[in-house]
Amino acid sequence: MNDNKTVIKKETKNKIRVDFERTSAWTRFKLKYLSLNFLLSVIVKFFTFVMMLGVSYVILYPFVAKVAASVMNPDDFVNVTVKLISKAPTLDQFKYIILENNYLQALLNTTLLSLLCAVTQTLICSIVAYGIAKFKFKFNNLIFLCVVFTMLVPHEVIQFAMYRQFVEFDILWIRQLLSGQIIPALNIMEWNGNLLNTDWPIAILSLTGLGFRNGLYIFLLRQFYKGVPDELEESAYIDGSGVFRTFFTIIIPLSVPMLITVFLFSFSWQWTDNFYTELFYRGEKAKVLMPDIVKVPKSLRTDYPGTDLYNSAIYNTAALLIIIPLLVIYLFCQRYLVQGIARSGLTGE
Amino acid sequence: MNSVAAPTTKRKRPTASLEKTKARSGWLFVFPFLFGFLTIYMPIIFKSIYYSFNNFYPADSRFEFVGLAKYQEALFENLSFLDTLKSGLGQLILDIPAIVIFSLFIAVILNQKMLGRAAFRAIFFIPVILATGLIDDIDNKGNTFMDNVIEQEGIDSGSGSSASDIIGKADIALLFENMKIGGGMVDIVTGLVNDIYNIINRSGVQMLIFLSGLQNISPAIYESCSIDGATGWETFWKITFPMISPMILVNAVYTVIDSFTSSSNEVMSLVLNTYNEGSLTLSSAMAWMYFILVIIIIAVVAGILSAYTFYQRRD
Repeated sequence: MNDNKTVIKKETKNKIRVDFERTSAWTRFKLKYLSLNFLLSVIVKFFTFVMMLGVSYVILYPFVAKVAASVMNPDDFVNVTVKLISKAPTLDQFKYIILENNYLQALLNTTLLSLLCAVTQTLICSIVAYGIAKFKFKFNNLIFLCVVFTMLVPHEVIQFAMYRQFVEFDILWIRQLLSGQIIPALNIMEWNGNLLNTDWPIAILSLTGLGFRNGLYIFLLRQFYKGVPDELEESAYIDGSGVFRTFFTIIIPLSVPMLITVFLFSFSWQWTDNFYTELFYRGEKAKVLMPDIVKVPKSLRTDYPGTDLYNSAIYNTAALLIIIPLLVIYLFCQRYLVQGIARSGLTGE
Repeated sequence: MNSVAAPTTKRKRPTASLEKTKARSGWLFVFPFLFGFLTIYMPIIFKSIYYSFNNFYPADSRFEFVGLAKYQEALFENLSFLDTLKSGLGQLILDIPAIVIFSLFIAVILNQKMLGRAAFRAIFFIPVILATGLIDDIDNKGNTFMDNVIEQEGIDSGSGSSASDIIGKADIALLFENMKIGGGMVDIVTGLVNDIYNIINRSGVQMLIFLSGLQNISPAIYESCSIDGATGWETFWKITFPMISPMILVNAVYTVIDSFTSSSNEVMSLVLNTYNEGSLTLSSAMAWMYFILVIIIIAVVAGILSAYTFYQRRD
């Protein structure tokens, strides 16, 4: 095997062709593929692959079932021979959810709301995270602890207080002062501070980095900015660029994969959110959002032995309609997901 | 004289104030959060604590101070609260290791070269994006269609266990009897296996964090390891595991937070139900008690894990 002899096979005027006498193909094949090591690695690979397929099946199964449920017709639910594949596929469920549950309206409203949320939250969180990560000032660490605190307190714990806060919205008693509740003579504003059924509660929470899971975004972005070398900014400062210009022209372009990750999280978590939307958009005149389409359309209401199953299938179809736009966005953004977080240099310190 | 003295003072000032200017711009950057935290978030927190000591009359939105009565009601009069709390905390303690170990396992596999890795990665992070909030509710709260389909598919083990379970208690009991392991483990193992869908759904972010940690381990370390003749098993325990240990801490804490804030949590759903039934301040009292318990758990978990955490010195 190691006695490679160099044989000069052919010599012409301009070209010398040198061939190496290699170990024969059969020996190489034998060494490489007929060893215990190779066998073991094949077995391991095969089993990991099968296991990953199994786990993928568990993850994808609800979506497959949703797709199967969405094309079923009412008779399939009382037919015992039907499991997943409908006997007579129909698009009625889609049709009536889109027509009667105001799907298009909900789609438009939710898209606008999620975009508003995602853009403001990504921007504000990156600004705040940059401030915490890169500037040394007195209460830097304390402010980071405050961020962690907002991550720790679940919104269910404070939902009643949050509701009250936005029913009678007030910052630093300014509204009470202006509407004469503290000094009766000073009564220049008549507004009871009710912000329900407007976009303001979510906008205010997003603008101040307090929205849904914003603590997590700030945490991730802070880790990322900590990994950016200081020399980058220093050279920009020496060239006469200000702090904000440095941030917007050097740091932001650097952190695009991370920002896409945060944007994706923010957008999709707002999209499927039913906590804030149910808390802040209530009553008859409330905006039509995604949670509102999860109901049985009037035309599909039936009373027969399979009603329970049928209604459940309709909910699943509504869920499918909700996630289709997200799925499209996810397919485009998913490669940034790992990349973004991997580049954050998250070390847990 | 003057013309000499003036430039020196002028020259000194900018160097001295550079730190200050930077500090000032730092305040400017964190201002949105700080302002919101102090003027909106803290009032909400204080109000919520204050409400838990009050009675609320929705008719005329009036509050009446009742001291610790709501806490007493939650602990001694409301029969389900203590029980739910106990089982909820037990579930939490089981779930944390399950989720952390599962997500580490999957992250290690997703980090290797394998057939269809890109596709698997895309599939494994779908739950992070999609199985949240509304969709989670539809999937988990009385989804009769899904239950029905799974029930039909389930393998009947003939042991009298529910047909929708993946494995029955009898199978595990038999296995454990042969292995001479106590009966208490049977419930735990069957519970975990049959909860696999939930565990997979809830370990998405953890997988992402682990995967990013794995990608940050320098390949040079693995290379030198393989030159020294270490097997894959040794490499995992001697290199990967210590290097990933800070992430284990982060993920354990994140898992605790995530699972106690999710609405699929038993205690949280009790709190939500209490809220929806109209006992608004009682739900606040319950939630705060639960919150304090969870903070204690987080402190204990973080304390234990940080003792075993290894930080690579970066010189």
